[in-house]
Amino acid sequence: MPAPARRRFLSVFASLAAGLLPIRAVRAQSDPFASLVREVTGGAPVWPGRVKVDIPLLADNGHSVPLKVSVASPMTAVDHVRSIILLSEKNPRPVIAKFHFGPGAGRAEVATRVRLNGAQRLLALAQFSDGSFWSGGAEVVVTESACLDES
Amino acid sequence: MVARVQVPQQARRGEVIEIRISVQHVMETGYRYDNRGQAIPKNVINTLSARYNGAEIFRAELGSGIAANPYLQFYARAEASGEIEFSWVDDAGERGSERVSITVIA
Repeated sequence: MPAPARRRFLSVFASLAAGLLPIRAVRAQSDPFASLVREVTGGAPVWPGRVKVDIPLLADNGHSVPLKVSVASPMTAVDHVRSIILLSEKNPRPVIAKFHFGPGAGRAEVATRVRLNGAQRLLALAQFSDGSFWSGGAEVVVTESACLDES
Repeated sequence: MVARVQVPQQARRGEVIEIRISVQHVMETGYRYDNRGQAIPKNVINTLSARYNGAEIFRAELGSGIAANPYLQFYARAEASGEIEFSWVDDAGERGSERVSITVIA
């Protein structure tokens, strides 16, 4: 008589363990930018490199943080950077800005000031004229985050 | 909307020049509340573009992640004398523009 009870217990235990496994796997490989990058690139592969994000290591105030994105490119009519997309890990609207360059831009570089909702990693994607995507990022510590959420 | 634009007055042909623009704008995020507890609607400059003698050299799609009084620094290759025209529009539909002339010497 104890056999069915034990079998039932074991099967319940096994199904619980099986149910837990996929969650673990998903959590292990979750990259905060993954789905966002896929949305921006339309699933095209993104190579690391050629893009540099310059930002202070420590920003006292998240309301205005100077930032510069530069991309290594000759910027000729046949080989130039078409767009730079700047993504944030923690801002409520993760796409900070999209910059588009014409053939007369001369240099694939843009500097601006951003709002940051806390210490985080920033990612910049660059789309080249041949359609390929390259990326670069930077970490920034923000002491006082921008009051993006209600405060 | 008031804007400050810095472009060199003169450049050599083929030289890459630095362009800086700062527009006075609150860049309201839409996440803030006023004294009566009413949500302040989002209002940011969503597009800013620069044209050099009619050809677009730079265009930015901005959001609430850009600090108030947006500042942008970018580049252009000086090919011919003429005008660089900047124009922008915010979520409320308010438009602004600024133009500067540049002389290109051989």
